Amino acid sequence: MKPNEKQNSVELYFMEVRAKLIDIAAFMDRVERDGLTEDFRYQAFKEAMDALDSDDRAENVLLSLSDRTSELIPAATTKAACGAWPDKPQ
Amino acid sequence: MRYIEPHAHMVSRTTDDYLAMVTAGCKAVCEPAFWAGFDRSSAHGFYDYFCQLTDYEPKRAAKFGLPHFSWLCINPKEAEDLKLADEVIALIPEFLGRDNVLGIGEIGLNKNSRNEMTVLEKHVNLAAENDQLILVHTPHLEDKFKGTKLIVDMIKSDSRIDPGKVLIDHVEEHTAKYVMDAGFWGGLTLYPESKCTSARAIDILESCEAERLWMNSACDWGVSVPLAVPYAAQEMRRRGYDDETIDKVFFKNPVKFLSQCANFTVRG
Repeated sequence: MKPNEKQNSVELYFMEVRAKLIDIAAFMDRVERDGLTEDFRYQAFKEAMDALDSDDRAENVLLSLSDRTSELIPAATTKAACGAWPDKPQ
Repeated sequence: MRYIEPHAHMVSRTTDDYLAMVTAGCKAVCEPAFWAGFDRSSAHGFYDYFCQLTDYEPKRAAKFGLPHFSWLCINPKEAEDLKLADEVIALIPEFLGRDNVLGIGEIGLNKNSRNEMTVLEKHVNLAAENDQLILVHTPHLEDKFKGTKLIVDMIKSDSRIDPGKVLIDHVEEHTAKYVMDAGFWGGLTLYPESKCTSARAIDILESCEAERLWMNSACDWGVSVPLAVPYAAQEMRRRGYDDETIDKVFFKNPVKFLSQCANFTVRG
């Protein structure tokens, strides 16, 4: 699917994404100031940033944060997801 | 514009939301059974919920001139208790004959556990035996990739199920292609933080088979936006899409899938 009149995507999205980039930078500064850089979610976050150097960046960021195994777990012990895979091999 | 809201948990929303949706051009709303935010203590709670979805909520929506349809199941977040799940699944056939019921949903996986898969298989069997459409919830965040593959592989292995009658919801960039390549329909959920933004959903439309995709808000009792679907339509306009294409994505696509159920009718 393609639009009839394709717009300039930098024109459309630059300011919005610029703000998100500064938010990411400020978040990283905050976590560092608070001494929380060893949190597995932050480690996963930093590792996922490597995907920004790939093709299909959105897909690869999501994959980096995903459980890539294929076996069912014995039982659900919680209902919530946390956004990063706690058991990811390092 | 006109649009269908194919996934909204209206029992958790106010009448202000109904008014806003109708004003924005919503022509029908579809409500899957889901988790209430707490575990129900018995099957009786589900019986009352199914009555709410098939009787009370359609009447509440009708006050705003909005046709309301529903899907029935025990959701995967309450599927760890197999005895409860069996009792709830046994209730469902009694409700399948009600006028606003579209099929079985939103079934699926949450944490990708063995019991969740057992209950998913039982729901799929129920759908096959009663020739019902299926709406599938895929897990959240880090569990989505694995869960989506497990779900797709399980349903594909059941020869009684036509993939064209199954919609697998909450797809994102890392799962959409797997779902579409297997012949299923896919749902793009516009949800703050944990699912897709409008911009990303349109990116996926541009890179996948847009003929078998719909967008929904999945608005519920959490932080969610009941007008997310018309907002996404506005984002498509901003990107240069014409009204005809927008009508196809937000009205004709969901109507095509949902019309496979005889109960679904809508006036354009």
